[in-house]
Amino acid sequence: MTEKILVIGEARDGELRNVSFEAIAAAKKINADGEIVGVICGNEDLKSQAQEMIYYGVDRVVTIQHDNLETYTSEGYGQALLTVINEESPDGIVMGHTSAGKDLSPKLATKLETGLISDAVALESDGDKVQFTRPIYSGKAFEKKIITSGLTFVTIRPNNIPALERDESRSGDISSKDVDVTDIRTVIKDVIRKASEGVDLSEANVIVAGGRGVKSADGFKPLYELAEVLGGAVGASRGACDADYCDYSLQIGQTGKVVTPDLYIAVGISGAIQHLAGMSNSKVIVAINKDAESNIFNVADYGIVGDLFEVIPLLIEEIKKIKQ
Amino acid sequence: MNIYVLLKKTFDTEEKIAVSGGKIEDDGAEFIINPYDEYAVEEAINQRDAHGGEVTVVTIGDEDSEKQLRTALAMGADKAVLINTEDDLEDGDQFTTAKILEAYFEDKEADLILAGNVAIDEASGQVGPRLAEYLGIPYVTTITDLKIDGENATIEKDVEGDVEIIETSLPLLVTCQQGLNEPRYPSLPGIMKAKKKPLEELEIDDLDLEEEDVEPKTKTIEIFLPPEKEAGKVLEGEVSDQVKELVSLLKNEKKVL
Repeated sequence: MTEKILVIGEARDGELRNVSFEAIAAAKKINADGEIVGVICGNEDLKSQAQEMIYYGVDRVVTIQHDNLETYTSEGYGQALLTVINEESPDGIVMGHTSAGKDLSPKLATKLETGLISDAVALESDGDKVQFTRPIYSGKAFEKKIITSGLTFVTIRPNNIPALERDESRSGDISSKDVDVTDIRTVIKDVIRKASEGVDLSEANVIVAGGRGVKSADGFKPLYELAEVLGGAVGASRGACDADYCDYSLQIGQTGKVVTPDLYIAVGISGAIQHLAGMSNSKVIVAINKDAESNIFNVADYGIVGDLFEVIPLLIEEIKKIKQ
Repeated sequence: MNIYVLLKKTFDTEEKIAVSGGKIEDDGAEFIINPYDEYAVEEAINQRDAHGGEVTVVTIGDEDSEKQLRTALAMGADKAVLINTEDDLEDGDQFTTAKILEAYFEDKEADLILAGNVAIDEASGQVGPRLAEYLGIPYVTTITDLKIDGENATIEKDVEGDVEIIETSLPLLVTCQQGLNEPRYPSLPGIMKAKKKPLEELEIDDLDLEEEDVEPKTKTIEIFLPPEKEAGKVLEGEVSDQVKELVSLLKNEKKVL
């Protein structure tokens, strides 16, 4: 029985990412009656982030503040979190399957001599055993997994397990923990920011993605406009990135980001299997492409065969009308 | 430099996936080197050519895995090791794999271990970091550049599109991301040479491991295909009417606007 579950929160630009709130909901699903403890690391005051975790459902939060925890490193965060994990000795750990989550969770699992289920998109609990569902073979199949020994340790894919309603009436204890973070062998010298400001692609509810059919960097402008009207983010296929129409930070697919928005609008994207691996689980898929034979139409709920430069401006107008 | 590559064979990316008897049907499927592991092989060869040393490719698999090892040898790796678990292990998970590799690497004094950042079949991305942790060496995942100068390494790491410049030292484990290099195709002379390069075959017994030492900690209880998606609706008529219909469908039918 998982009586106590640790949820490791992750911040980006000083704010907790949505996936951290989704992780809290996942922990509740593992055991609704268990104690859920949030943990967050950083180099600045973490009180407001801790408070947010409580509003989203954790019972209490442990914060770890240290100068060496400014940016995520597996060694720094690993040391800090292991101290808390050893002290709390939880029965389960949940965190986001993000760049940091993917990097850190195997390290923690090894230190804790435990199994780890990566990239879960759903889970069901009968009060005793928990079954996790995760995509395999690039989303062409799924597997259900259980933990047979050790902790219930899981990373969850963003945008799949809905967060609980934020509730400011929830309260809980926030404590800070002093830890030693030393002997860092991998030092981050610099971070070159390429990911665009604004809506985080992996957490966006609406994504407008362009492919080679967009033809140029300029051709992406209407896509940005459409994304803005929809309150979404812009993504791209590898083809568009390779052709320099946009930065690789926008790439969606097996290599780039894996996304699960409510609405995915694929514009001028042919639908190579590597691209589908990154988006085929989107709830609703719209394809706009000149070529009626494009593979993307096989996964799309709705398709428009036509010139994107004609379709997109009309679409923007039409959406503006209903948004008024 | 003592360079090692962790390699896994995977289904060809284009393969259709079918499930039979609760397992992924692999009869007649084409297998390839996991595409991310190809970056690792290529990088290992380049680093060896620049700094000297030897590249050993290691896989855990069955007798069919020899094919992928020979491909890596044909690309330019020097030696290959197949840890054949076909007769000993029913199933395993990432813990199992990492534990076997730990035993293999125990006496190897590797300077650099390269792996793919993820395998395209099970896609957990756990084995690299787990192994580094067992060996007590630093690791950096999803790298897109690697420069080695003596004992020091300067790395570019892809972090959801941002790039981190990282300094660290050998011995080191890295996992490779697209963009690191362009893997070469094996040349004909390369393929000929590969046939004569050493390929060592081990079983877990040779690594002083018992089955219970590597018993998995997770278990797959079901494999299923996603529900067949209903054929999408390709809209018809004037473009402006199609757009109107689309917006109405998204708003009223799917309720995503």
